[in-house]
Amino acid sequence: MGLESYLKDEGFLTTTIDAMIAWARKSSVWPMPMGISCCAIEMMAAGDPKYDIARFGSEVMRFTPRQCDLMIVAGTVTYKMAPVVRKIYDQMPDPKWVIAMGACTSSGGMYRSYSVVQGIDQFLPVDIYLAGCPPRPDNLLHALMMIQEKIGKTKAAQFKNIKIDDKGITVPDLNVIQKN
Amino acid sequence: MDLKTLIPQKLKEEFPSTEFEVSEYRDELTIKFEKKIIVDVCSFLKSDVDLEFVWCSDITAIDWATRKNRFTVVYNIFSMKHNFRLRLKCDVDESDCSIDTVSSVWQAANWQERETYDMYGIKFKNHPDLRRMYMPEEFEYHPLRKDFPLMGIPGSLPLPKK
Repeated sequence: MGLESYLKDEGFLTTTIDAMIAWARKSSVWPMPMGISCCAIEMMAAGDPKYDIARFGSEVMRFTPRQCDLMIVAGTVTYKMAPVVRKIYDQMPDPKWVIAMGACTSSGGMYRSYSVVQGIDQFLPVDIYLAGCPPRPDNLLHALMMIQEKIGKTKAAQFKNIKIDDKGITVPDLNVIQKN
Repeated sequence: MDLKTLIPQKLKEEFPSTEFEVSEYRDELTIKFEKKIIVDVCSFLKSDVDLEFVWCSDITAIDWATRKNRFTVVYNIFSMKHNFRLRLKCDVDESDCSIDTVSSVWQAANWQERETYDMYGIKFKNHPDLRRMYMPEEFEYHPLRKDFPLMGIPGSLPLPKK
């Protein structure tokens, strides 16, 4: 029956470490819900049983940045809020990704004003810009799938927290958080 | 007696040397007078037993940009006893951009005056804690002034490094 019968016949599979790690990483992207305004409501809706972000392994919304892989910036970021968002991003361990959810975070949206940052890419590296005001939950799921695709294509050596030392051995780079 | 006639009449009796400019718009009463007696007028309106304007619902200002008296400070107050709203106005010129605080009369005025100071740069004399309300403390400008550009002044609000 099922998986067990395969194990009985073959008992092993061949793959690369990169593929294994990428598969594990993309199947459990833990989001940091940076819900600042109305987009956050749609982000919550993406977690409910109807849209069910758990189907993609991302139901574990962590409210501490130290356990997160993906920051969903959902809402208008003002100049006063920008240092806070950046500080939380800096506290997330590498590797990490960012979704700019909605028009406000992507470009300032309808708030063309002195107080609103006209796009969070001025102070954060953004992976996905998500259109909509606010975007529907299925749109957020689509962005998550694109992030998964990106993670799947990334090799372990390309992550920022890996460096190659003078003997040619890959080691974790412990200074990476200070470097940001 | 109707409050709309009673209030101007009482004010004229209490402050005989002051000129009160009374107007009515959409069934709401507005009284305009000189800024130096603002605290006396407010404490009178609050403490008088026939009026009892106990709630200061909002303080804001208007920037007229080119007029002689550039700013007008507006006080919206409310009498619970009579269910009556009253608007007080005082002109403030840019050369002496200050007015006495009414936070000694209504505690609620404290933050409302801080907001008005933040947005217009009008200083409220004797205010216990006149700091900015919305903008960062090191910000140098007053955003709701007419000469402030809509998109702000580039570089005046620092962003974290990428």
